[in-house]
Amino acid sequence: MTAQSTNAKPLRIAGYRPADRGTQPDYLYPPYSSTVKRSPMQPLVRLPWSLSEVTGPLFGLDRIMANDFDLTKQHAGDPIGERIVVSGRVLDANARPVANTLVEIWQANAAGRYPHPRDNHNAPADPNFTGCGRTLTDAEGRYRFVTIKPGEYPWRNHYNAWRPAHIHFSLFGPSLATRLVTQMYFPGDPLLEYDPMYTSIPDERARQRLVSAFDWETTIPEQALGYRFDIVLRGRDETPMENDLPKEARP
Amino acid sequence: MSLKTSSSQTVGPYLHIGLTWLVTDNLTGPGVSGEPVTIEGRITDADGRPVDDALVEIWQANAHGRYDHPDDTRDLPLEPGFKGFGRVPTGAGGGFRFTTIKPGPVPSPAGAMQAPHLNVTIFMRGMLKQLATRIYFPDEPANAGDPVLASVPPERRGTLIAKASGNGMLQWNVVLQGEGETVFFEY
Repeated sequence: MTAQSTNAKPLRIAGYRPADRGTQPDYLYPPYSSTVKRSPMQPLVRLPWSLSEVTGPLFGLDRIMANDFDLTKQHAGDPIGERIVVSGRVLDANARPVANTLVEIWQANAAGRYPHPRDNHNAPADPNFTGCGRTLTDAEGRYRFVTIKPGEYPWRNHYNAWRPAHIHFSLFGPSLATRLVTQMYFPGDPLLEYDPMYTSIPDERARQRLVSAFDWETTIPEQALGYRFDIVLRGRDETPMENDLPKEARP
Repeated sequence: MSLKTSSSQTVGPYLHIGLTWLVTDNLTGPGVSGEPVTIEGRITDADGRPVDDALVEIWQANAHGRYDHPDDTRDLPLEPGFKGFGRVPTGAGGGFRFTTIKPGPVPSPAGAMQAPHLNVTIFMRGMLKQLATRIYFPDEPANAGDPVLASVPPERRGTLIAKASGNGMLQWNVVLQGEGETVFFEY
């Protein structure tokens, strides 16, 4: 994909197509009150594509332990809650699988409590649940976690604010341009429409793509319900582009 | 066929649960060449309040200017002990610190060389998608010819360049909003 390069010749590097319109929140979204003081006000400076942006850290299996994908097997006892299987594919916007990429997740326990010093919610802690998992996608971009369904929990953003049940996802993909942190939600959650993180996404259809689907195929009889959640990272331009073309001029 | 890109969401306040396992505050190791450097800094918000729940990720070339990535096909040495990835949380006071080596220069699209720089990605509660910025090095002659620095308004350029802070360390602070706001990039 990438042009051969020497230090003497201009580098022609295939960049990544911008995320689709309406899919990404702005930095400032006042209904989510913490964005008000933490969002830049100056316009972002657009970088031309160079090796700095189209490369990125790649991780292997060397640091991943056997039980890292199964959040129900990380302690001596079973965690409280409804066991679920969360699986799906990581693809790019060109519909190609993103193979061998690191997926990190974290979540609350079944009662909506995180084992974190800043979580003061008076719901019960669960000594058998840390809520942290990680895995690599396979050659087809597939990943799979076993966990328990996280609980909803209150937060102080506005009066009677509750976060819908969610699992945090962190993905790298092949480059800095594909780095993505997102959240997976559950179908039918009545809290979604009141959640300013969810509604920060302008396009209603894009919001809905963060809602997982109940999945018979991955449901384990008498053991765990399956939820399917596919993730799409930015896709590469098919051909190397002149880097000084503005984004709007790209095909 | 094309698919719609998934939406970004914040890491939230409890990011440490999922992301601490990969904290890497020392990117160097045995056999790694290059000039060691420790960079410390703090992140502050629009009111100058420290951000003590952020995560900073670093990505950089090695001392030869080579990225440990298949897209970097140039005939420059890779070093097995150097991946070029760092991840550090901010602590009380909004501070972070990591140790690495000064990278070599990497090419720019126009064929000139970019000055040595670290690529920085920042995550935090209250940030719905990550911020991208860079750290350049002080007293680096190549900064004058760096096309990215040149593309930034001169009065804001200094936010991208670390400062010597005595005791051998470099200091590089991040101002999220307001006076002295750090330059952030999109790509």
